[in-house]
Amino acid sequence: MLARPGLPRFDYVRAETADEVVRLLQERGEAARPFMGGTDLFVRMRDGVIHPQVVVDVKYLPGIRDVVYDAQAGLTVGAAVTMNEVARHPDVVAHYPLLAEAANSVASYQLRNRATLGGNLCNASPAADTAPATLVLEGRIVLYGPDGEREVPATEFFLGPGKTARGPAEIVTAIRYPLPPKGAAGRYLKLGRNKVGDLSIVGVAVFGFPDETAPSGYRFRIGLASVAPVPLRATAAEEILAEEPPGEETFVKAAEEAMNEASPIDDVRASAAYRKAMVRALTLRGLRAVWEQLA
Amino acid sequence: MGMHSITVTVNGEKEYLEVPSHMTLLQMLREKLAITGPKNGCSAGECGACTVLLDGEPVNSCMVLAVEVDGHEVVTVEGLAKEGQLTPLQQAFIEHNAVQCGFCTPGMLISAEALLKRNPHPTEEEIKEALVGNLCRCTGYIRIIRAVQTAAEKGGA
Repeated sequence: MLARPGLPRFDYVRAETADEVVRLLQERGEAARPFMGGTDLFVRMRDGVIHPQVVVDVKYLPGIRDVVYDAQAGLTVGAAVTMNEVARHPDVVAHYPLLAEAANSVASYQLRNRATLGGNLCNASPAADTAPATLVLEGRIVLYGPDGEREVPATEFFLGPGKTARGPAEIVTAIRYPLPPKGAAGRYLKLGRNKVGDLSIVGVAVFGFPDETAPSGYRFRIGLASVAPVPLRATAAEEILAEEPPGEETFVKAAEEAMNEASPIDDVRASAAYRKAMVRALTLRGLRAVWEQLA
Repeated sequence: MGMHSITVTVNGEKEYLEVPSHMTLLQMLREKLAITGPKNGCSAGECGACTVLLDGEPVNSCMVLAVEVDGHEVVTVEGLAKEGQLTPLQQAFIEHNAVQCGFCTPGMLISAEALLKRNPHPTEEEIKEALVGNLCRCTGYIRIIRAVQTAAEKGGA
């Protein structure tokens, strides 16, 4: 006997064009599912959570596995680019090290060879490790559907656990990241039950950069995972950091505020109270680490 | 139910197979080709007992569809030794008794092999990180790590 049964039956279709995918999703509705790495999809199928009749492999669509960096336009990462490819891509490492750090924190090496950036975001787990980085880097999700292409800011993409702004006949084809501001620094701090390899109990991305228009001379962005129904920005904490002089006192105050912005739940991995405390601890640690690079 | 004709190179042998859409690479290896090195543990990409090399990179074969490997190359633990000659890594596993029940060993060897290919002189921390997706329930991690270190000292995988 297998530990768990194999995959339930379905038909596999390798899509050649985005329009073919859209047509299948329109015709088959819930019975068709886009598929890239399968690391979330197959688990949910095996657990009986979803029962697609058609699994549409979209990772052979033109450009969907490309990473394109442009010194003006910024970075475009195809939805089907794997976590390991994101983490080691020279342009990502050079210009978006925070994204590389986040991608590298997902699960295990062999899983990161399959898990994709687009899949991680589409799955919309509150714990998605690449979500906080994508939020603070002001990433935009590129969707393709019956009405052509559209872009949704990451801040508007996550609607609830497993729920996104993706329409029923749309697919995510890429994620676009604008050029980071000059002199920016970022860190993704993740607390799991193990040091590496686990889902996050709390994930905190901190991103900061000098900005003359801010009273404090700096702006910081803080992205949180695993502490609310959706990955979110701690905007009230960010405001404190833009207003008040950077340093330990302000960082402590901002970390406290970030904690207040989190609305976690108790679950098998941690209690809500512990998660809140860890938002404060990790935000403070992240602010110190980023400040060390900025100052 | 969709059937697919695929051609795949497994441990250097070209195989021509008919596989259903929902068949995983692990099922294909074990149930079509009688290659039993890769094991079915968790079926969820957590335990790594099913780890194989796909075009040289480790993947959880329980999370890959057989139809996806059409035109690609797969190496399992059976494909590591050449002409009965164990690899330095396999030799080191024997020397260190880095095996208890053996269930995790094929996946451990594949992940460690891939690590030494991309990083011939890993630190202990790097070895632990590379093997985090391979669970050993006999708690034999220290011997496994020592074995990888020994193989690295002897010039890689």
